[in-house]
Amino acid sequence: MSGRTYRSAAIAAEIAVPLAILAAWQVWTVNANDPLFPRLSTILVQFREMWLFSQFELHVVPSLTRIGAGFAVAVVLGILLGVPLGLSRWGRLLAMPHVEWWRAMPPPALLPISVALLHSIGNRQKISFIAFFCLFPILLNTIDGVRGIDPTFIETARSYGVRRLERIGRIVLPAALPQIFAGMRTSLSLAVIMMVLTEYFSSTSGVGYVLLISKNTFQLAPMWAAIVLIGVLGYVLNLLLILLERRVLSWHRGWRAAEAQ
Amino acid sequence: MSAAGGGIVTRLAPSVAAAVSIAAFLVLWQAVSKAGLISDQDLPAMTTTFRELWSMMHTHQFWAAFARTVRGWAFGLGLATVLAVPLGILLGSSEFAGRAFRVPIEFLRPIPSAALIPLLFLTLGTTLKSEIFLATFGAFWPLLVQTIYGVRDVDPIAIDTARSFGVGRLERLYRVKLPSAVPYIATGLRISSAVALILAFTAELFMGIPGLGQTMNVAESFGLTAQVYALALATGFLGLGIYVVFSALERRALRWHPSQRLAGA
Amino acid sequence: MSTSGERLLEIRKLAKTYGSGAKVTHAIADVSFTVDDREFVCVVGPSGCGKTTLLKCVGGLLRPTRGDVLLRGRRVTAPPEEMALVFQEYGRSLMPWSSVRNNVVLPLRHKNLGRKQRNALVEEALDAVGLTPFIDHYPWQLSGGMQQRVAIARALAYQPSILLMDEPFASVDAQTRGDLEDLILRVREEFAITILFVTHDIDESVYLSDRVVVLTHGPTEVKAIINVDLPFPRDQIATKELPEFAHLRGHVYGLIKREQVESGEELAATLTTATKGDRP
Repeated sequence: MSGRTYRSAAIAAEIAVPLAILAAWQVWTVNANDPLFPRLSTILVQFREMWLFSQFELHVVPSLTRIGAGFAVAVVLGILLGVPLGLSRWGRLLAMPHVEWWRAMPPPALLPISVALLHSIGNRQKISFIAFFCLFPILLNTIDGVRGIDPTFIETARSYGVRRLERIGRIVLPAALPQIFAGMRTSLSLAVIMMVLTEYFSSTSGVGYVLLISKNTFQLAPMWAAIVLIGVLGYVLNLLLILLERRVLSWHRGWRAAEAQ
Repeated sequence: MSAAGGGIVTRLAPSVAAAVSIAAFLVLWQAVSKAGLISDQDLPAMTTTFRELWSMMHTHQFWAAFARTVRGWAFGLGLATVLAVPLGILLGSSEFAGRAFRVPIEFLRPIPSAALIPLLFLTLGTTLKSEIFLATFGAFWPLLVQTIYGVRDVDPIAIDTARSFGVGRLERLYRVKLPSAVPYIATGLRISSAVALILAFTAELFMGIPGLGQTMNVAESFGLTAQVYALALATGFLGLGIYVVFSALERRALRWHPSQRLAGA
Repeated sequence: MSTSGERLLEIRKLAKTYGSGAKVTHAIADVSFTVDDREFVCVVGPSGCGKTTLLKCVGGLLRPTRGDVLLRGRRVTAPPEEMALVFQEYGRSLMPWSSVRNNVVLPLRHKNLGRKQRNALVEEALDAVGLTPFIDHYPWQLSGGMQQRVAIARALAYQPSILLMDEPFASVDAQTRGDLEDLILRVREEFAITILFVTHDIDESVYLSDRVVVLTHGPTEVKAIINVDLPFPRDQIATKELPEFAHLRGHVYGLIKREQVESGEELAATLTTATKGDRP
């Protein structure tokens, strides 16, 4: 196959395959006539009805708020803790046992405890739960990012008398930022999952709650609409983060490209 | 004497620091609960929790639940591996197939498996099958993505060398691309092993499928907070064990990788 | 040109050792020399003779094991305000996330200068190295030679009285190197600064300097200090055609060659004694 033919075929496939899958879904659900698997068209109609915009404020906003707040806390804490730990060997020796333990602990095992300990099933518990588990990818990546900085950058700054605090702000942080963003991407997808888990477990609002209620009341179309929404939320949030990363780290791409030559 | 190879202090420092750090945490826990800063009902004392764990470990039920969770995890991870690795190799080695399926993968990947729990309730029901399905679905994606990356990330010089020696396509695959992909697959396994455990436990917790998660759910509904904490500890140890094993595997695979071997030579 | 004769920098019996016990490495054994105000001193030696370590000790980035570095009679314990350092690896000393302007201004931020004064210094320094049109580019958008000029501009904007340079032109192609050599000579004149220049390029060391310090192989000591009486201003063609240049160059080259041979002989000797010892 010649180059141009191949490329057009590839693009055609990229469009055709997803469409084919959706079409197949529609056809299969129509034929199967199974209430558990509504037609794609039904789901889409239900999706529009619920989320645009009648139940948007009621459920989507609380869920997004929890994700947003939990993620923000995780980012701030992750960087605040990660930078000193990345710079201090002793800090790491003392902290790593704890980091490894909480990182290996399956989050759902702490759901009942988080409710008991924080005495709530409201936003306080949810945001804390999300923030706690989203902390670790960012923390670990910040530590790795700081440790991986070329010492020449630091030595140059030192030789010019740049003081410690300013070195951290102007050298360490920008240099570690690419790695920190990698951690942020992991954390963001984790935040969506944690949100679903904690809302499903105990909540009175939110998309996860809708998931639970619609299952309990055997409303299949809303249930599917909730599943699709969760997927869409994850995709959109990830996209936003990638766009932010592209802006903030534009220098990084240029630098890497120049180095590769 | 003390100058021998790196110094005793530097070698022991990590273990000592770790021990001190963990001990400090346990003491703090005990102090906080004893001082009554948080009520006994919400935060059992450290000693109480460990005692509870110890006595649980003497019961048959605990170990049965433990084994069930491990079983769900193992089947989930195993099934995910059997599905993801071959598919990943296929999608990674054929650029056309990789491009064609890129969009569906990008859309399905972020769907939290947890969102499928209601669906599983109504289809496969509260059985082991649901647990395995959930664990497999979750563990599948990281492994698939890592395998694809691994097959793609092969050193082009190695491929060109093989081609110039007349090595055929299939042989190039298993002689050059696969060995190159092994570290990535090992990383994928480490990630997936954690995901599989999370989902197996989640299925038990939310759907009442027998296992540690279900035991915790029952304990919580009876207000047996000490048991809940003890079970969390047990689950944590299970998670830690899995993590230790699979990251050791990953490190081995990374060391074995051709690029690392050359670097070491 | 001529120096003022006043002693600016004194390196006194400097020694640097790494490790302890059986694994000890004597990087520098005993190095002493002085640098006068406005002098251009080059330091050469065989590979692995600890030139970079020496420069880092002089610059206050490393603490010497023994001996001192005295700047205007006072001990150097941390990077002094009067010194600026230019590394060989410009790619790792210029911050890729900042523009050329922000890179050059970085050392000035903690000095108590007003904004206008800072900008003036930055622009003046970039003008001196001929990079004014690139002030808002990113370093990685420039060629290697240009990047090194940015590093020099940064050092100049800092207004040091002494410039330490660690093989700054080694990573640059030969033609660019010639341009940069002439640039640094011009800069020395224009800004009246002292330069301590480490290089492994013997021609370069003679071309640039008032004096050449030749080091031994490790554990390093000063083998010889050679006066370079070539006239200023130097020229890449005219100066290098002078018989005096060839003579000096040959002299330095001979000294270093002898060091390399000696260190090779020593290495061979340790190997043979080792194998002799292995036999029962």
